[in-house]
Amino acid sequence: MLYINCPHCGLRSQNEFAYGGDATVKRPELNKEISDQEWDNFVYLRKSPRGKHLELWHHISGCRQWIKVERDTSTHEIFKTYKANEAIE
Amino acid sequence: MPQDFRLDNVGMVNREKKISFKFNGKKYFGFEGDTIASALIANGVHLVGRSFKYHRPRGFFGVGVDEPYAILQLDRNNERDPNIRATEQEIFEGLEVKSVNCWPSVNFDIGAINNFLKMFFPAGFYYKTFMWPPSFWYKIYEPFIRMAAGFGEASIKHDKERYEHKYEYCDLLITGSGPSGLASAYAAAKNGARVILAEDKPRFGGSLLTSDVNIGNQTGVEWTEKIIAELKSMPNVTVKNRSQVFGYYDHNMLVMSERISDHLPKTQKYLPKQRLWYIRANEVLISSGSIERPLVFGNNDTPGVMLSSAAKEYMKVYGVLVGKKPLIFTNNDSGYETAIEFKKNGVNPIILDTRSNPSSDIITEAKNLNIEIKFSHVVVAAKGYKKVKSADIAKISDDKKELFNIENIECDCICVSGFWTPSIHLASQSGNKSKFNEKIDAFVPDKSKQQENTIGSANGIFTLEETIKDAFDKGFDVSNKITEKNNKVSVPTVVEKKSTDHDKFWCVPLPKGKSYKRFLDFQNDVAVSDIELALREGFRSIEHVKRYTTLGMATDQGKTSNLNGLQLVSDIENKVVPQVGHTTFRPPYTPVSIGAIVGREVGKHSKPTRKSPMHSWHEKNNAVFVDAGVWLRPRYYKQGNEGLFEASKREAKNVRQNVGVCDVTTLGKIDVKGPDAAEFLNRVYTNAWLKLPVGKARYGVMLREDGIVMDDGTTTRISENHYHMTTTTAQAANVLSHLEYYLQLVWPELNVNVVSTTEQWAGAAIAGPNSRKLLMKLFPNLDVSNEGLPFMGYKEADLFGVPAKIYRISFSGELAYEINVESDSGYFMWEKIMEVGKEFQIQPYGTEALSTLRIEMGHVAGSELDGRTIPYDASLEGLVSKKKDFIGKRSLNRSAFTSTDREKLVGVVPIDKTTSIPEGSYIVKDPKAKLPNPKLGHVSASCWSVEYDNPFSLAIIKDGKNMIGQKLFAMSPLKNKTIPVEIVSSHYVDPEGKRVRS
Repeated sequence: MLYINCPHCGLRSQNEFAYGGDATVKRPELNKEISDQEWDNFVYLRKSPRGKHLELWHHISGCRQWIKVERDTSTHEIFKTYKANEAIE
Repeated sequence: MPQDFRLDNVGMVNREKKISFKFNGKKYFGFEGDTIASALIANGVHLVGRSFKYHRPRGFFGVGVDEPYAILQLDRNNERDPNIRATEQEIFEGLEVKSVNCWPSVNFDIGAINNFLKMFFPAGFYYKTFMWPPSFWYKIYEPFIRMAAGFGEASIKHDKERYEHKYEYCDLLITGSGPSGLASAYAAAKNGARVILAEDKPRFGGSLLTSDVNIGNQTGVEWTEKIIAELKSMPNVTVKNRSQVFGYYDHNMLVMSERISDHLPKTQKYLPKQRLWYIRANEVLISSGSIERPLVFGNNDTPGVMLSSAAKEYMKVYGVLVGKKPLIFTNNDSGYETAIEFKKNGVNPIILDTRSNPSSDIITEAKNLNIEIKFSHVVVAAKGYKKVKSADIAKISDDKKELFNIENIECDCICVSGFWTPSIHLASQSGNKSKFNEKIDAFVPDKSKQQENTIGSANGIFTLEETIKDAFDKGFDVSNKITEKNNKVSVPTVVEKKSTDHDKFWCVPLPKGKSYKRFLDFQNDVAVSDIELALREGFRSIEHVKRYTTLGMATDQGKTSNLNGLQLVSDIENKVVPQVGHTTFRPPYTPVSIGAIVGREVGKHSKPTRKSPMHSWHEKNNAVFVDAGVWLRPRYYKQGNEGLFEASKREAKNVRQNVGVCDVTTLGKIDVKGPDAAEFLNRVYTNAWLKLPVGKARYGVMLREDGIVMDDGTTTRISENHYHMTTTTAQAANVLSHLEYYLQLVWPELNVNVVSTTEQWAGAAIAGPNSRKLLMKLFPNLDVSNEGLPFMGYKEADLFGVPAKIYRISFSGELAYEINVESDSGYFMWEKIMEVGKEFQIQPYGTEALSTLRIEMGHVAGSELDGRTIPYDASLEGLVSKKKDFIGKRSLNRSAFTSTDREKLVGVVPIDKTTSIPEGSYIVKDPKAKLPNPKLGHVSASCWSVEYDNPFSLAIIKDGKNMIGQKLFAMSPLKNKTIPVEIVSSHYVDPEGKRVRS
C-alpha cells in the first residue's frame, strides 16, 4: 500500500485516496473554438508512461483535496507531491 | 499409549501438563508446548499423510514453516481448518486432526496405485493427458482432477471465529527473534527507537534454542530469556510471538499474521482467532534466518528422512527422539551437532560425510565422543515403505560420480544436511534483487530496495560472532538515523565452535541399473527425472520449468526444494546457478487464512449500512427493505398477505388518487455556496442557471466530458450565494468528487465551496392530488396556493415548531412537495405527516411504487441514464443550452452523437395489455429472423401502470422518435418470451404535465 504525502495532511496510506489519472492533461478553456482532434486528445488521450508520471489523487477520506503526485509507475517511488495549483518543478 | 520416544528431563515442554488429542480418530498424549508433530513423534507415529501425486507415504521433514509433508486438517468447534502444518500447530486438550489426500485411510490408501503407475504421471502430465477429446473436459476430466486435487477440504459453513485487523506504525520492524533479531532489537530499543520484534514460533530465540553456544557468559537460551524480558519491559518495544511477517509491500508496508488463539482449546470469548497487522515501518531488519537444504538421494521422501536441524530441535526443544538408530547424512558440519545431541541422549548415530577429510572443532568433538563417522560416504537410497528401515550406503569417488561398495545398513531415520539456504523471501518481495554467494551456494539479498536490511543467516552470515556483532551495529545504525540518541550498547562476547567449509555436493548419482525416485519438491512430488524431462522437452527459462513441473509451487512455496531445483537445471545446462536465476518470491511467505485477510468485514460488516432517521418507523410498519447502494430503503409496506406486486400497485394507486409519502432522505444533497455559485452551476449543468431567482428550484442534467449523462436532479437557490443541489442516491459521492475536481483543478478562480449535506437533512416526498390539502394542515401559516408556492417554488416554514424547507418538486408526476428537516427531526416530521394525512387517506410508499410512478410518467432514472446515453437519447435535449458552454458540450458535436437515428426513449405497451415485458428484453421487428436477430433497442424499465391498469415499459430504441405507433416485438431469450408490443410515447400519463402545475 502506497504512503502518500498529502501536502495538506501529511503522510497517509493509499486507502484514504482515490486515483484520478494523468495530471498533465489541461482542459481547454470554455467557449474556445477547438478542433475535434484537440478535444479528443483532452477527453480520451492519456499518457501511461513507464517511469516518472504526474498523477492526480483525491484525498477522498481525508481533506477532500485533489493533489498531484509525481510517482514512478514501475517502482511506485513517489518523488514529490503538490497542491492542486502549485507550480510543478 | 506410552510416549516411547520421549526423553526424560530434556526439552522445554511443560511435563506437568499432559494433553490428550486425537489423530485420525485415535487418542494420543503429549505435553503442553508440544506441536502435533513433536507429540506424534514422541508416540512413534511417523506416517501422517500421502503425497500429492503418487500418494507415497508422508512423515515429518522439518520442524517449522518449511514443512512440506505434514499438512493436516484440523477439526475445531465443528469447523474445519485445512492446510495446517503439524510442525507449527500446538496441541491443546480436545484437538482433533486428520490426514489428507488419502482414502480410505493413511495406512491403506487406494490412491497409492499412482506410485506404481508413475510412468504415466511424468512432468506436464496434466497438459498431455487431458487434451482430447474436448468433450471429455466437463464431464470426466475436470471432476476427476478436482477430486484428486488439493490438500484437505475447506468448510462450506460460515466461519464463526473472529478475525481482526490492526494498523501499526514503528521505527523498526524486526522479522525473527533469532540471534540477529534479538541483538538488533536490543541495540535499537536501547537507542530509543519504537521497535516491533516478530517471531513466528511460540518460543523466542531461533537457533539459540538449539545451538551449543555462549553469549556474554550465558547459554543461548539464558541470553534469549534475558533480552526478551528486558525488551518486554520497555514501553517503546512490542514483542510478538506466533506472529509471521508474511508480506513486504510498497513503501515499507509489511503484513503480519498473529495466531492468537489457534493454540487454545476453545474459542475464547474476547480473543480473536487471528489478527492481521498492517505495519508501516520506517526501517525493517530482516532476520528471518535460514532453512536447511536437503540432500537428494533415492527414495529420499520416505518417512523418517528429515532435516538434521529438525531432528536436533525435536530433541532439544521438545525432548523427542526422531529415531533410535539414526543415520546422519551431511555435507557440512551442521550434521555433527545433531549427531552429538543424539549421542548425549544415549543414542548411537552413524555419520556419513560426503567430504573426504574435513577437520574442525566439532568434528574432533564427535570423534572424541566415539561417534562412528564414514567420510566420502553417501546414502544411495532409503529402504522401507511407510518408515525408513534401512539404507543403502556407498563410498563415493572424489569426483562424486562413481559409487563403490554399496552396502545395506539398518537405521530408523536419516537426518540430512545439505548446508543452509538463507530465507531471502521478504527482502526479495521488497524488490531487492538477490545475488548468488558462491561460498554458501545460495542467493543472498543484494542492494536494499526499500528501507530494509537483512541480517544474520538470512544474509548468509553463519557464524554467531559475526552475526551478533553485525546485528548490534545494524540495530544501532538504523535506529540512530531516526532517534539520533547515540546510545550504543556494548556487544557481548561470543563463544562458539568453529566450523569448516561445506561440500558443494548435493545429489547422489543413481547406481547402475537402479531407477530410484529422487525427490526435489516433496510436496508436489517433483523428482529429478521430472526436471530432466522438462529440459529434454525444451523448457529453458526457470519460470517455465517451474510451471511445467510444478517445482516449488506447493503450499510450502519451495522452501526446501528451490535451490536444489536450480542446481539441477544448472548442472544439466552446464551453467552456474546465477545464470539460471531464481523464480520470483511472492507473498505470502506462509499460507494465511482467508478469515484473517477478510477480518471483521463479513456479512453486514463488509460495508456500512446507512439508514434514514425514519428507518425504525418503516420497520414498525412492515416495510420490506431493499439495498440502494449502502442505504436500506423501504421497497414496499406489506399489508396482510400482499406481495411486492399487490403492495406496490396499491401504494402507487393511492398516490394517483389521494396522497402518499415517500422517504427520500437517501438522495444526495450538496450545498453549493459562494459568489460564483451561479456561474459554476451554469458550467456544470447543461441548461441555463444564471437567471434562477432566489426561492426557485430547477431541474438540471450534468454530463461527463465525453457527453454522456452523468446525473440529474433539482437544485434550489436558497439565497443569493447559496444553492441546495440534489443528486441521485447512487451518484452522490461521484458528483461531489466531480464538482471538487472542477473547483480545485480546472476553475480555481471561481469562488465557490461545495460540501455534502446528505446526512444533515431528512426528506419526505408528499405526492398526490391531496398533497396541497395536507400541506395546508401541516403549515397553517404558509400560503401554499398555486400562486403562493408554485411548481418549482421553495419556501421555509415551521412544522409544529421544527424549521422545515419545502420544495415543490415532483418525481411521481403528481402535485407534489418535498419537505426537508434536520435529520434529528426526521422521525417527528414523518409521524406528523402520517398523523395529519390520515384524513386525506395518506399511505407511505416504497421504491417500487416510486418506480411505477416515474416510469409511467416517462421520467428517466438510473436504468435510462446508464452511462451510455446522451441527453437526446433520454429525451432531455430540451435541457441542452445552445448559447453557453458547459462540461461535455463539445462532445455532443461528435458525428455519432448528432446522427438522427440514434436510440431514443419511447414507451412500450403489450398488445394484449396483460403480459408484462421483462426488463432487458430486446425490441425487434421480426421475432423469427435468423440469429443474431438485429435489435432495435432494449427495454430499460417495466411497471404495471396504475393509471391504465396494464403493463407499461420504457425502452431506448433506434430512431425512437419515428417509431411511435409501430407494432414490434419484445424478445427475452432469458425468460423465453416473445411479446407483440406497440411503441407509444414515453409520457404515458399526463403528457402535458398539468398535474404537477395544478
